[in-house]
Amino acid sequence: MNAQIHSFHGGIHPPENKRQSTGGCITEAPVPSRIILPLQQHIGLPADPLVKMGDKVLKGQTVAEAIGRISANIHASTSGTVVAIEPHPVPHMSGMMADCIIIEADGNDQWAEHQGLEDYQKLPKPELIEHIRKAGVAGMGGAGFPTDVKLHLGDDHIVNTLIINAAECEPYITADDMLMRERADKILGGIEIIAHLLKPLHIIVGIEDNKPQAIRALQEAFDGCTLNLDIISVPTKYPSGGEKQLIKLLTGVEVPSGKIPADVGIVCQNVGTTTAVFDAVHHGKPLVSRIITITGEAVAHPQNLEARIGTPFADLLTFCGLSEQHLARLIVGGPMMGLTVENQQIPMIKTSNCLIAGSINEFPAQPPAQACIRCGMCEQVCPVELLPQQLHWFAKGKEFEKAKHHNLFDCIECGACSYVCPSNIPLVQYYRFAKGEIRKEDAEQRKADHARLRFEARQARQEQEQLEKELRRKARAEEAAKSQAAKRDAVITKQASSAPESTGEPDLKQLKTNAAVARTKLKKAEKALSNAQAKGLDGIDTLQETVNQLQAKSDTAAQAYEQAQQAPAAPAAPVLDIKQLKTNAAIARTKLKKAEKQLANARDNGADNIAELEAEVKALTDKSATAEAAFKAAESGETPPVTPAAPAFTQAQLDDLKAGVDALQGKVDKAKAAYEKAAASDSPAAPKMADGVTKLEGKLKDAEAEYQQALQANQAGTSAPPATPAFTQAQLDDLKADVDALQGKVNKAKAAYEKAAASDSPAAPKMADGVTKLEGKLKDAEAEYQQALQANQANTSAAPAAPAFSQAQLDDLKADAEALQGKVNKAKAAYEKAAASDSPAAPKMADGVTKLEGKLKDAEAEYQQALQANQANTSAAPAAPAFSQAQLDDLKADAETLQGKVNKARAAYEKAAASDSPAAPKMADGVTKLEDKLRDAEAEYQQALQANNASTSTAPAAINNVAAEKPDAKALKQQVSIMRTKLKKAEKALSEADDSTRAELEQDVASLTERYEQAQAELADLEATHIAAAAAAGIDLKQLKIDAALARAAITKAERALSKAEDDAQANLQAELLSAQQKAAELNSTLERFSK
Amino acid sequence: MSAVLIAILVLLGLGLIFGILLGYSSIRFKVEGNPLVEQVDGLLPQTQCGQCGHPGCRPYAEAIVNGEAINKCPPGGQSTIDALADLLDVEAIPLDAEHGEEQVKSVAYIREDECIGCTKCIQACPVDAILGAAKQMHTVITTECTGCDLCVEPCPVDCIDMLPIETTLNTWQWNMPKSGVDLIATDLRPGVSQHSAEGKA
Repeated sequence: MNAQIHSFHGGIHPPENKRQSTGGCITEAPVPSRIILPLQQHIGLPADPLVKMGDKVLKGQTVAEAIGRISANIHASTSGTVVAIEPHPVPHMSGMMADCIIIEADGNDQWAEHQGLEDYQKLPKPELIEHIRKAGVAGMGGAGFPTDVKLHLGDDHIVNTLIINAAECEPYITADDMLMRERADKILGGIEIIAHLLKPLHIIVGIEDNKPQAIRALQEAFDGCTLNLDIISVPTKYPSGGEKQLIKLLTGVEVPSGKIPADVGIVCQNVGTTTAVFDAVHHGKPLVSRIITITGEAVAHPQNLEARIGTPFADLLTFCGLSEQHLARLIVGGPMMGLTVENQQIPMIKTSNCLIAGSINEFPAQPPAQACIRCGMCEQVCPVELLPQQLHWFAKGKEFEKAKHHNLFDCIECGACSYVCPSNIPLVQYYRFAKGEIRKEDAEQRKADHARLRFEARQARQEQEQLEKELRRKARAEEAAKSQAAKRDAVITKQASSAPESTGEPDLKQLKTNAAVARTKLKKAEKALSNAQAKGLDGIDTLQETVNQLQAKSDTAAQAYEQAQQAPAAPAAPVLDIKQLKTNAAIARTKLKKAEKQLANARDNGADNIAELEAEVKALTDKSATAEAAFKAAESGETPPVTPAAPAFTQAQLDDLKAGVDALQGKVDKAKAAYEKAAASDSPAAPKMADGVTKLEGKLKDAEAEYQQALQANQAGTSAPPATPAFTQAQLDDLKADVDALQGKVNKAKAAYEKAAASDSPAAPKMADGVTKLEGKLKDAEAEYQQALQANQANTSAAPAAPAFSQAQLDDLKADAEALQGKVNKAKAAYEKAAASDSPAAPKMADGVTKLEGKLKDAEAEYQQALQANQANTSAAPAAPAFSQAQLDDLKADAETLQGKVNKARAAYEKAAASDSPAAPKMADGVTKLEDKLRDAEAEYQQALQANNASTSTAPAAINNVAAEKPDAKALKQQVSIMRTKLKKAEKALSEADDSTRAELEQDVASLTERYEQAQAELADLEATHIAAAAAAGIDLKQLKIDAALARAAITKAERALSKAEDDAQANLQAELLSAQQKAAELNSTLERFSK
Repeated sequence: MSAVLIAILVLLGLGLIFGILLGYSSIRFKVEGNPLVEQVDGLLPQTQCGQCGHPGCRPYAEAIVNGEAINKCPPGGQSTIDALADLLDVEAIPLDAEHGEEQVKSVAYIREDECIGCTKCIQACPVDAILGAAKQMHTVITTECTGCDLCVEPCPVDCIDMLPIETTLNTWQWNMPKSGVDLIATDLRPGVSQHSAEGKA
């Protein structure tokens, strides 16, 4: 019976105050008018209500069902009506409200049907445990841990010892004491059931030695019990009722930190719980009431009540005779570990074992805490052998990690340390605070880890999606490239089919160039791509696409070139040019006339070749007719027949001409020989014959000239064909139409998208994709068109004089650029509005603005390019005037006069030399100088000729027109500088020349000076007109120029700053850059307007 | 002489053995990446809110390891800064107000009858804590919500509120006891000091 009693460290002996409430027996508390059942009465999850407002419930009816493992059913503790399920103050340290089921009692206290188990020992254990669980039995000692969980411990633990906790160590509380005194048999019954479930080897009832009556009652009840059951009375010491302390006391086993007693083969149950188990099993009564001690100086009749769970404290206190004026503190539970509550409407719950209505004398206000004096008394009373003082410091300094290392979580918050503290430090409150903080941090850490996992999972998923999207896009791009290549092939074949008419040798060259250009472009693009890939830039896809397209283009160009090469190059280019045809016709006519004249001459002379000539005339007539016809046909817009256009220039015709020339030569020779014969024989016909010879010679000359002309014409013709644009205007128009159509589509799509975005349609992102695609297409088309245009330009700059871009085109471009500028401005304004109003579409709009700006820049660049190209052309053209025919003639005349001078000088020198004149050496010098000058002049002339050839061969007709129509400032400047150079040269020559040539040279210089001045005057005029025009518009051109330069500089600066700037400053800088660009663009446009 | 030789040989041998040992262990126990980043990342609150100026907690962790200031995390607050300072052995500095202030923990709440089902918040949520589909009502899985408020800005109808997390019985915790330590009498308010003196008497 009395086994060895162990001891635990520390402990205190506070005044017991138990006698007040043990005077009477347990009284049944009256049925309260309202029952308040908190859904959560213990640790774990709150129960789930099964009833709703207005439901009638009977006593013992389950009103809330347990959720999860650590949770318990809740039953109505009396019959009545559910009036509310709402937050209500509950017994909790926080004083907060929690959801409660509120039942209005009907006063009948009518039990629901309930049935005890007849023979629980025959039931399988899980069923029995389920029965107990359904009864909502929870630990009645402290934490209210659901009992069924503890009863399951036998499944996975070996339970050696079952300890029934009857210590009841806290002062004031006598509920268990009274229960043992009065209902020991029920306790035994409960122990038997628990023992049946856990099958312990040994059962110990631990009871403090301050309850002799209870001990006696138990001993009587247990008499004759077959269980290995001991009642061990332990010395009264707080907190011997603590689970781990009691285990230590009774068995000497210490439960390791962080483990439960079951880990060392021990299970603890409270005596109150055993009676609840007994009631549940034998009577089928759920846990609807418990014994509660009502004590304290403020109640008249301290006693133990059997009260229904959910009874408000006010009812119990009133029943015991509460004196409100004496009530200072209302404490639920014991004075050591209990909690102070303010509200008397708080209901009692399953764990409420005591209610102390303390007077001010019993519970005086806590004196203010003093500083810790490191007395160490707390350490001496700590039942868990912690270092309360250290823990206090750590908690106070929020060094929770260290507190944790000092086993803060082993603290049972018994309050012994606070009780003994001479400085009145609320140590337990510090520990509770520290525990709460650590729990919170742990929870946050768990949540953070969870969030990280989810975040990483999301990122992985997004990456996967991106990858898939990329693959799909690539596939699409390949398909698009394929279809485009097919389209281009079709175009090429079309072109090829039309090529025989328009393509000849020169086209071959063009094709070769095209192929080379395409190759170069492809290489460039590939390089850019590899660059981008190396740097991991994000434009790779577009680049890849471009490369693919270029590859296709290059291939087709190469193919076309090869095809053209293989095709017979024989037929000379049929010249569609009406002018050419006209020339042809004229030549043919001239030839015909000449031939007719010849024939007439020959007839007159009675020459023997009349027949031949006649034949020739006929042939020429035919030719002339066909040429005329071709010309007319061409003029009337009909496609000229292929063959007729050619005759004048075919080899055969040339051969004919040559043959004609040869024949004439032969005739002339013959005639000469005859004439000489005649002259030798003094024939009277000799003069006439001489005449005939002369005539024949003239004819020969004519024929030769004709032949040469034809040759030249042929050459011109062959050099002209390159003039045929690689892309005909029709093709260009097609392309342009395509581009325009696409532009229209893009605009429509954009408008639709904007509408969609504005209305937050879910299709907006898709539409955005569509728009992007269309834009891509548009860009492609534009690029194609531009290429075609450029190709044409390359052609036209080679052959026709027309500026690379006509004024109309320029205007178009400019208009485009301006329109874009307008759009950009609008878009910007819209964006700013959106940004100001924090619209969610702002970032997207920003993107749009950036895109538009990019486009604008492109357009401007294009325009500038076009302008420059034009200038290059026109600068080439005005250069021509310097070498205009008149000038050439001047130069030639100069050269000839010089030649004459040289000749004269030489003759004079020879004379002098012959006469041994002393002036001869000097004269020789003079001659050499003159010869040098002559050479210079000739060289100049040749140069001019060449330059003229170059420019006239490239731009024969329109040069003068262009020059005349558009006095370009640049060209003028160039001219002026050329003049200046010439003038200087002439002046130098003058200074070097001697007297004899001085006069002429001076003349030259004068004329040059005059021309120079003229050119300068022209330039000044032009500039003056510009300035005047600008001034008329209220703008100082010079200032404008300066401003434009400044703006350009500002842009460069801003760009540099932007590239260097940090992320956060970038937005500002970008804005600055944008404004600078805008300004510069404006200035530039103004400037250009006035310099035209 | 032989003693010197033996000493040299022994030392050489030892050097060789330890060299091999170290070489082996440097390969066998090679640590991939910087483990410090993991540790720092572990201390950050993982709200992925981007208030520090980095696209998520891990990039900020990397930046911290590379020398960035540790006081740019408002959701973590001073406790995170302290923990980081402890880990990195640097001085704990107060939170940089430029990146935001420490706020009460909150969760997003979608006023569901106002939601138009645009899915923008779903795309913005870094932890997939919002449930919904296009043209369907969305709702926040509060247990997964980190309170980063990244979903608030994209909402076109402003139906998302950041509600402070309410304390429940399970999350309630004790406050730090008010320091009763008053070293000299004038630390207390005159009335109180008199009163307490009387009480003691």
